[in-house]
Amino acid sequence: MSTKPLKQIHLAAHFPGVNNTTVWSDPAAGSHIDFDSFVHFAQTAERAKFDFLFLAEGLRLREQGGKIYDLDVVGRPDTFTVLAALAAVTEHLGLTGTINSTFNEPYEVARQFASLDHLTGGRAAWNVVTSWDAFTGENFRRGGFLPRNERYTRAREFLETATELFDSWDGTEIAADPVTGVFLRDARAGAFAHHGRHFDIEGRFNVPRSPQGRPVVFQAGDSDEGREFAAARADAVFGRHATLQEGRAFYADVKGRLARHGRRHEDLKILPAATFVLGDTDAEARELAHEVRRLQVSGQTAIKYLEHVWNRDLSGHDPDGPLPATDPVPGENTVALGRASVRQFRDPLATAREWRALAEAKNLSIRELVIAVTARQTFVGSAATVAGAIDTLVQADAADGFILVPHLTPGGLDVFADTVVPLLQERGVFRTEYTGSTLREHLGLAVPQPVRPAGDRQPAAR
Amino acid sequence: MPELHLAVALDGAGAHPAAWREPGARPDELFTARYWADVVAEAETGLLDFVTFDDGLALQSASAAEPDTRTDHVRGRLDAVLTAARIAPLTRHIGLVPGVTVTHTEPFHLSKALATLDHVSRGRAGVHIQTSGLPHEARHFGRREFPVPVGELAGEAADHIEVIRRLWDSWEDDAEIRDTATGRFIDRDKLHYVDFKGPYFSVRGPSITPRPPQGQPLVTARAGTAAPRHALVDLVYITPRDADEVRAVTTLLTPPPGTRHVFADLTVFLDEDQRAADARRARLDAQAGAPYGTDSAVFTGTPGRLADLLQEWQQAGLSGFRLRPGVIAHDLPAITRGLVPELQRRSAFRRGYRADTLRGLLGLPRPANRYATGPAA
Repeated sequence: MSTKPLKQIHLAAHFPGVNNTTVWSDPAAGSHIDFDSFVHFAQTAERAKFDFLFLAEGLRLREQGGKIYDLDVVGRPDTFTVLAALAAVTEHLGLTGTINSTFNEPYEVARQFASLDHLTGGRAAWNVVTSWDAFTGENFRRGGFLPRNERYTRAREFLETATELFDSWDGTEIAADPVTGVFLRDARAGAFAHHGRHFDIEGRFNVPRSPQGRPVVFQAGDSDEGREFAAARADAVFGRHATLQEGRAFYADVKGRLARHGRRHEDLKILPAATFVLGDTDAEARELAHEVRRLQVSGQTAIKYLEHVWNRDLSGHDPDGPLPATDPVPGENTVALGRASVRQFRDPLATAREWRALAEAKNLSIRELVIAVTARQTFVGSAATVAGAIDTLVQADAADGFILVPHLTPGGLDVFADTVVPLLQERGVFRTEYTGSTLREHLGLAVPQPVRPAGDRQPAAR
Repeated sequence: MPELHLAVALDGAGAHPAAWREPGARPDELFTARYWADVVAEAETGLLDFVTFDDGLALQSASAAEPDTRTDHVRGRLDAVLTAARIAPLTRHIGLVPGVTVTHTEPFHLSKALATLDHVSRGRAGVHIQTSGLPHEARHFGRREFPVPVGELAGEAADHIEVIRRLWDSWEDDAEIRDTATGRFIDRDKLHYVDFKGPYFSVRGPSITPRPPQGQPLVTARAGTAAPRHALVDLVYITPRDADEVRAVTTLLTPPPGTRHVFADLTVFLDEDQRAADARRARLDAQAGAPYGTDSAVFTGTPGRLADLLQEWQQAGLSGFRLRPGVIAHDLPAITRGLVPELQRRSAFRRGYRADTLRGLLGLPRPANRYATGPAA
């Protein structure tokens, strides 16, 4: 009987975000802006030997019904700046930031990530996201928006261009020899030219090659285009399928695309987002999980959530009463703005029919319905149960690990670090010490070799 | 005479092109956090008001107009905002002022980056606003045809500062209420759209980042950067050649008393005696192959003579100086361990940090929020 060697699990910590997963009403909830909260969170992740910390981004405060949405946590710091500061209070932890490719320019973002990789000693990662809404565009020079069918072509070209900028230095240019007076071995170091549909730029990139060569690249989209983009270009996927069946299907699909792009199975890590609730016993954890769900979905939140589907003002409805008898307003959602999640309801009329049927069958109020149809926690149980569930999913190729999203800032990760991680270590599936210093080493990813167009190199004496 | 204020400008291994070849210059560490942490720690031991981090969106060049192909000067820079943020948790009092080019960048991004630098440094953030009219730098962005008239660059810079300042105020200090009774996390009446519309950009707001600890981080710039809207800048750098020029310029600038600072930029080569300073400067120039010249006045001499000059220029109308060490490895310690004690003996410089924020060190109040309607908090 042959036994497959145990896969090593990768774990990451997602700083609690600006949505209703984050429970701010808990007395233990702290600031999501004070640097102390980030320090606590990052140091907990590092104490637990996590691969990396993950920060999300949103470039416009959400609105609903024409007003700034006030029921969830609102506001966050600048991604790059917080990650750079966290490098000073951690030594090994990878630092991953979500940065939009629509409302930035490649030269600036490439130098920010190359700088971050230098300043962290090789721990930087970039979750590339796109957006196409004019609502967010109102905060930026380009103002307008992208037609939906162009968002991936622009994102792909953005990443290609940034890669060309990272690769414009190959790491051998700096001599810094005080005796001979040669600082640069190559008089044209950093030369680049990109003439494309979305970007037409040329010149000299001004950050030398960073410790990881390029930052680790994450991709988060779930569409067919998103999966193809990930298989072609990403080092890791920030996924959303954390159950056995869906996870295995997604994993097989995306990894199955790698060969077409000349890449190996291990060149791309699949890391779904996951939430958790821990208790001394499974029963206690289930009870706690239910309480957390009630805190996450207040009556007001339930009404607001329903508006995402109904696309109309439902403020007159009682959250403890039945679902609206009226149908959703078809077309582009104009009630909830600045939220990616509204787009998951491709057919609001069908969703409304389905939910009414469910509510009638189970006699659910609006609030109970919303609790039932929105994501319950991924992992609920005692530490042993949760450790077992995580290990099972990873060994079954439903994932290579998880990006954990606690519901409390900043202490929500503490209990996981203290109780689940030691059990995973006992099982021999999670590191007990860091064995590398860069994020690529933590994730088992190769250091990329610079790719430069043939004939690009110019003699130094030109 | 009031105590004077002192900043240092940090760029690579120092202002002199041969600085990187000097003993202790650590040229192979210029792109590491360790190097910058050590340099800023040295500045902080000298009780300096702030450090600036030079930056730009193009590779350094010996030519003002185009990229060069020299291989004997330091080339490459790390992003200044991120370098400042990386140092913030390692320091406690000194102000951190990154250089930022506003010609090609987004006011929305810059505003939240500086607000965040202020959060992670607990109120020690500033910014050095710069413009760029270089055509080759514009080609790194490919959005606009350069050159453009200087007035247009200044107008855009002024708009940029106006927007980042409005965005800093777009959250009132007490906007976050966490009111469990009503289920509201924020009082949205205390968040404000900034609704800026201009020829270069329009920005709706509010910021995604709450108001920074200082309310308004310190805005610094070379005189004229935001002309004619000079009042948008808290602290201006000028480059006079002598005390008469100081008098001429400061009279023109007429800073509102107590609300604005005028600093002179001055490049310094310091040694314990004049002969050693002259010899070192000559050696550096020989190594570089040309006598050193720059846009600012250059001082070569002893800390005592420099203290004389600073006090003379202060009397002519300045509130402080931004010293550019010719060689950071040599001239920064000469400032912190030579010049500063000399000024302290003359009761012309602080003997300890007496404020927690950069505005506080500079005697500037925390500004009221332009959008606040309720009773002043």
